[in-house]
Amino acid sequence: MEMFNPNSNIDFLGMRKVSLVISLVLVLASLALVATRGLNYALDFTGGVLIEAQYEQPVAVDQVRAALTAAGIENAQVQSLGGTRDVSIRLQPQADQKDVDAVGKTVMAALQKSRADASLKRHPDFVGSSVGDELKSDGIVAAVFVMLGIMIYIGIRFEKRFAIAAIASEFHDAILTVGFFAATQLEFDLTVLASLLAVIGYSINDKVVVFDRVRELFRLTRKAETYDILNKSINQTLSRTIMTSLTTALAMFALFFFGGPSVHGFALTMLVGIVIGTLSSIFFANPILLWLKVSKTDLMPVTKENPELARRP
Amino acid sequence: MNDFPRWKSVLVVVVLLLGILYGVPNLYVQQPAVQVTANRGATIDEALKERVQGVLEKDKITFQSIEFNKDHMLVRLPLGASDDQAKAVEAMKTELADQYVVAPNLASTVPAWMLAIGAREMPKGLDLQGGVHFLMEVDDKDVLDKQVQRYTDDIRGVLREKNIRYQSVNRGAKGVVVQLRSAEDRDAARTAIQSKVPDVVVSDGPGSGDAFVLNASVKPDKVREAALNTIRQNQATLSNRINALGVAEPLIQQQGESRIVVELPGVQDTAAAKRVLGAQATLEYHAVDQDANAFDAMRSGNVPPDDKLYYMRNVGADGRKVPVLLKKKIIVSGDEMVNASSELDQQSGTPAVSVQLNASGGRKMLDFTTQSVGKPMAVLYVERTPEVKVVDGKEVRSTKITEEVISVATIRGVFSTRFQTTGLESMKEASDLALLLRSGSLAAPIDIVEERVIGPSLGADNIKKGVYAVALGLAAVLVFMAFYYWLFGLIADIALFFNLVLLLAIMSAIGVTLTMPGIAGIVLTLGMAIDANVLICERVREELRHGSTPLAAIRAGYDKAWATILDANVTHLLAALALMTLGSGAIRGFGVTLFIGILTSMFTSVTVTHAFTHFIHSRRRKLKGLSIGSGYTDRTATA
Repeated sequence: MEMFNPNSNIDFLGMRKVSLVISLVLVLASLALVATRGLNYALDFTGGVLIEAQYEQPVAVDQVRAALTAAGIENAQVQSLGGTRDVSIRLQPQADQKDVDAVGKTVMAALQKSRADASLKRHPDFVGSSVGDELKSDGIVAAVFVMLGIMIYIGIRFEKRFAIAAIASEFHDAILTVGFFAATQLEFDLTVLASLLAVIGYSINDKVVVFDRVRELFRLTRKAETYDILNKSINQTLSRTIMTSLTTALAMFALFFFGGPSVHGFALTMLVGIVIGTLSSIFFANPILLWLKVSKTDLMPVTKENPELARRP
Repeated sequence: MNDFPRWKSVLVVVVLLLGILYGVPNLYVQQPAVQVTANRGATIDEALKERVQGVLEKDKITFQSIEFNKDHMLVRLPLGASDDQAKAVEAMKTELADQYVVAPNLASTVPAWMLAIGAREMPKGLDLQGGVHFLMEVDDKDVLDKQVQRYTDDIRGVLREKNIRYQSVNRGAKGVVVQLRSAEDRDAARTAIQSKVPDVVVSDGPGSGDAFVLNASVKPDKVREAALNTIRQNQATLSNRINALGVAEPLIQQQGESRIVVELPGVQDTAAAKRVLGAQATLEYHAVDQDANAFDAMRSGNVPPDDKLYYMRNVGADGRKVPVLLKKKIIVSGDEMVNASSELDQQSGTPAVSVQLNASGGRKMLDFTTQSVGKPMAVLYVERTPEVKVVDGKEVRSTKITEEVISVATIRGVFSTRFQTTGLESMKEASDLALLLRSGSLAAPIDIVEERVIGPSLGADNIKKGVYAVALGLAAVLVFMAFYYWLFGLIADIALFFNLVLLLAIMSAIGVTLTMPGIAGIVLTLGMAIDANVLICERVREELRHGSTPLAAIRAGYDKAWATILDANVTHLLAALALMTLGSGAIRGFGVTLFIGILTSMFTSVTVTHAFTHFIHSRRRKLKGLSIGSGYTDRTATA
């Protein structure tokens, strides 16, 4: 069975003005969202105490908040844990929070004062604020390390313009994925950070396949119009680009629906990243290459040493 | 024609068989068991086995077998007998009391011959088996404080020794501040400090009028060294204490420069665990009473009024406790000790521990040793663990005190701040003693900076969900591939299945701890590994479209796709590598899984599928088409 026309010749590059403008707008919007609304960092990053409470009867988040405020517990973040009876309460880290069990008891006392059917779902978690700060900086270091490593590798195997286009796409994909989390205010935890790096890995995989075809076509074609070559490469790799994103998405759907809450964020980030990464392989990476004026001569294998150098003793 | 050399086929078969062999242990279900470890002074022998058997038979708890391992005894219970497990632990704890540590455990049922060749199941992370996780951090400020205090004493001593008149030597914000009365004194002091206290950096401070100030700050690498030492001491003392808690397989690991991870599988009572972890250790130097016989005192219970009976930490050659009678008066206590380190005695060349006291400790030691040359002196190690017991519904707080004599040595001469303990049997014994001395003296407090509890049912639930996710993810990809690429899809499917087997086999063999993020990594690998096959199949289709013969299409497809696969996977490996180096354990688990998965997938999707493709197609001489799901297949070609 064949889903794609093998001889498809869609003029993707012709849409580059539109597609690049959309990308730019989305990147700016994501940055603006991250700057203004920020990310809903999970306990892993913020530090503090996480308490999960369970009610026998449905409860509104506002009601829980009110109960806490009435007891003088300020700055608590209350979220529903899916359903109407389970809530999570996150308290900001404080110096006197060493005894987690005591904090748990105080909070539960406050909840039970307003509603007798509240109970502690499980033992509270505690993370010190220094741990979270370190994770954030570790995460940034890791992301920079990935980007640099990829840039150097592609710079060596291909050419520097490809490296620039790859990194631009990586930033594009990573920023949009983070933007998704800023927009939805879904919890950004450690597994989401991990999958963000995995998205970078997935997306670069995708770009390299297209770039590979670009290189091959440049080397094969005698009269190489950059525009045509780039368009052809996208078309010829289109079916594989979509096939691979489909198989990966299938696996991630399985994880999302059956893997349980601890990997929810992970699977969702990957799914979002797959969509963004696939689109940027088609609409973003090659337009950047065109813009950087890649040409056939950049990619011809270096066959001879510089004759000038060879003659020297 | 032979595109695919025989050695490669052999390699594929061998690797797949090894993969199955090393992957299979994960299919063996673990059985509930009770692990018994001996405390100091107790032994694991047939007598213990009989005692345990007696207890179990009395309580009508059926057990499968009792076996001896290196340092512990394992009582295996029938599969699914987790209620009996709790009962057995309780009964055995009562019977064996303080002599043994009794802990519930899950025992591997992998046959011995498999274990012998290193085929074993993957260890499971805390999120899959339940337990408590602590992250503990050394208080850096306290470490620095202690260092500054020590150098303040040292500098005072040096100035006194050299007869340099000073106004004051005090602890400042960042180090030691020395105030002197004249510029000459300051120069003399600077020279003296620089030569005698090499671990500090001396600089002139702002002086006014007749005040001449020197600032001495501790060198940064010395502070770091002190912090690292603290970590090591704490790690050692923590392992001792956790043993007493009854945890079958605790994890105590240094993380970064100033943190220790403690994971206690199976433990749910964080409060009890925290009390044990937070125990405080101190040291006391006592004189040994030579006038009374310690063995008599132990037997009769008659202890002289000034004395107290203690026991040596190390048991005697006969396996019994060795009693020691010590004078109650403390000569020097642990907070007066500055440092203890193991070394080779320069005169005799034998292992020794050198101890350094501060000025006040040195004075007391000088007083004592002047009168006691030739007499023995002992070091007592004291550990205080706060305990909470519920009596009649009320919480009763108490402190459990553990006291052990860790060293007895004869005083050979008069000494004050610096002295050596010699006559130790090995360098190991010396470093163990030094470690104990240090942990009883200058161990900086460690704070719990992270605390998480994973309930046992949540762990089991996570495993179930993880297995579902892997199975369904795999199934979805398998069906999709077979549907889209027909025979080539089926071949890719077999390869993908073996990819999972190989991935699990390698993870098990090198002992990667399986966690939920690791499972997510496995599922992701399954989804992405097929990419190589998509690349190959698409290439083969392209070649067919260009009019290549089927076999030529296969050859060209594999050749051309390989370059792309390599580039794509190397960049992907870089990303996985970054995840592996990223701090936290759980994420590292994901990175490791991804890394191994990319490597195995390159082998299975390229080499293994090539072997199968070759095996199927090379026998048919007149191949008219390929079953690869595109318009140019067997069917259409023959039609």
